Amino acid sequence: MLPGSANLIGGRGVTLKNVAATGVQGMKFPDAPYGLKMACGENPKRVYGSKSQAPKTRMGNIAGYRQAFADAQEYQRQWEKYARELAAHETKKDKDDDAQPPSEPKRDLGKETLVEVLEGRILVHIHCYRADEMQLMLDLADEFGFRIAAFHHGVEAYKIADTLAARQVCGALWADWWGFKMESFDGIQENLALVDRPQGSCAIVHSDSSEGIQRLNQEAAKAMTRGVRLGFDIPPERAIRWLTAHAARALGVADRTGTLESGKMADVVIWDRDPFSVYARAQQVFVDGVLAFDRAHPRPPRSDFMLGQQGDAP
Amino acid sequence: MSAVSALLRRLACPLALLCVVTGAYAQDLLIRGAHVHTASTAGDIPGGDVLVRNGKIAAVGTGIAIPSGVQVVEAGGKPLTPGLFAGITAIGVEEVSLESGTVDEYLTLGAPAWQMQWRPEFDVTLAFNPRSVLLPVARIEGLTWAIVAPDSRNGGAILSGQGAAMTLDGRYDAVLDGSRSLFMQFGADAVNLSAGSRAAQYMLFDQAAREARSPPAAGAQAMLLPAGREVLARYLDGGRFVFDVHRAADIRQVLALAKRHSIRPVIVGASEAWLVAGELAAARVPVLLDPLENLPATFDRIGARFDNAALLAKAGVAVAFALSSDSTQNARKIRQLAGNAVAHGLPWDVALAGLTSTPADIFGVARSRGRIAVGQVADLVLWSGDPLEVTSVAEQVWTAGTPVVMRSRQTELRDRYLERLRGGED
Repeated sequence: MLPGSANLIGGRGVTLKNVAATGVQGMKFPDAPYGLKMACGENPKRVYGSKSQAPKTRMGNIAGYRQAFADAQEYQRQWEKYARELAAHETKKDKDDDAQPPSEPKRDLGKETLVEVLEGRILVHIHCYRADEMQLMLDLADEFGFRIAAFHHGVEAYKIADTLAARQVCGALWADWWGFKMESFDGIQENLALVDRPQGSCAIVHSDSSEGIQRLNQEAAKAMTRGVRLGFDIPPERAIRWLTAHAARALGVADRTGTLESGKMADVVIWDRDPFSVYARAQQVFVDGVLAFDRAHPRPPRSDFMLGQQGDAP
Repeated sequence: MSAVSALLRRLACPLALLCVVTGAYAQDLLIRGAHVHTASTAGDIPGGDVLVRNGKIAAVGTGIAIPSGVQVVEAGGKPLTPGLFAGITAIGVEEVSLESGTVDEYLTLGAPAWQMQWRPEFDVTLAFNPRSVLLPVARIEGLTWAIVAPDSRNGGAILSGQGAAMTLDGRYDAVLDGSRSLFMQFGADAVNLSAGSRAAQYMLFDQAAREARSPPAAGAQAMLLPAGREVLARYLDGGRFVFDVHRAADIRQVLALAKRHSIRPVIVGASEAWLVAGELAAARVPVLLDPLENLPATFDRIGARFDNAALLAKAGVAVAFALSSDSTQNARKIRQLAGNAVAHGLPWDVALAGLTSTPADIFGVARSRGRIAVGQVADLVLWSGDPLEVTSVAEQVWTAGTPVVMRSRQTELRDRYLERLRGGED
């Protein structure tokens, strides 16, 4: 779960397991790293530009990110200085009863989050469509010394597939959505397949939609088909990584889920046929070994909202 | 020849034989040995042949003799269907959704509902640009005709205006005869256009209909201008009204409204239509729906469910498909709608009909489009496999018997960057 794309730096994201709970605490993927959402391009421009505020332009976007990370570095130095002074005080206070402890800097939660990014403990997810902007974001990461886990949407990721693979940045991409705004106008149906092609690549199929997320197997199937039509060798056992292993890698949980390997969480789906068919339906879904859905014994995981509504049964 | 250019040549000509044909205006051709899904009473013809003369289908069957001078395409048993319906779209009247200079399907009137005029004379097809890059994008996926419809938002009226079925073959004058329709937005999605209550939608319709039939006195506040009165009167006299409406109770009220005014309604959206399937069937009112709209996304869609299409078809309602969102740039997703309806109980042939013959019947173009039958315009698609399957693609499309150049701005972009990627691999 990631915040939206109105802000250059949207806030923290959290990784969940798809289980019912009355609050987020019951859904959190144990010990998964937090994410940070950032956004390129048109959305911050539009949201703030319409209020005649910065960032109105892509230049303003980049200036905004750089200033935010520069401020975070300064904040990091303040805390490092405080830590040094505190350590000095600890050694000194036994000898000098009058020694005053250093005063703790005021916490700034935004800067604190960016410091965790700089220290590699929070994974960066960037909403970014255009190839030129993704490259600028890689420059930003180099300037401040952090790593980008994934570009999301990445409609032009195919233009820089080699770079993304070389930099070990994942692309969480649509199979075929395009054209809803200028920065999505260069969409092609082979985006996933081209991003998947270089050695070490990390293509992920995503939806950003309550409709598409229900059928990522079909979205992957479409993208796989387009790659196969290009003559690429993308067998289903490779394409399935786009919605399993690679997603786990981008979220920093690949050591615990995303593949069927002994020792990993028992997150397993049993299909009635090749999942890359439009006719395929999940038969049984296990989360941490618990049967969470069983088509043969339908107990729909009905939300509180739907409980008691008329018309949800034939 | 480099591997790259060989690959690009292969992409341009997926069926080697067709490349021979492409150079000429091959409006006469014989497609041999296809699995022909006629979408007509003739059903499926395995190993079937389709003869095209002067852009129209001249014969359908097996073992058709090759007339002299006719190009022959060996289909190798692959599925052949009529050119598909693209849904209710803004293809040709919207290039990029958020670029207002390219968006023409919304008439923004800007008045509050109690003083808003209806403009049934607004005809969105006049904005149609066949040179839009969206046409080839849709066409090479097998979509050969679409409803191009107006919509309402930002202070439009619940009557959006007129749209029509249009061929996507690239011609300027693309409206298909007999397909013009008036588009209405009903239910909660349009409640901000009807003074805060959906009940007012019926009040407004009744008032407008009354004005169309007997003009108000000079000087009185009127919903319609003279041209609008003429247009609405014409539609009230046997025209086609397309109502976008979801909630079961609202669908029933639209049926009652239609009966009261003796008009022909078509229901679009229809998330809860299965709850009133019997009444829709009895009134012989067809439905266009999106089987992927399975969530209770709004209070008008509480009853949304996967098997809406199957339940309606079982009750005898004519069911066709239309994407509920992003139906313009992403029109090609309509096949996936049909496939999912099959996964949830709709018979396969009914699903194919929902992309072909059923929408042609609904929008009055069945004389020329929607079936592989003698006399129909030869809009045809040869598929790599099951046309409803997400792993199938259109291998060759014909419009009026002419092979479509299977390229679009998207394939151009693909090939430019594919070549660079391959260059890096050498």
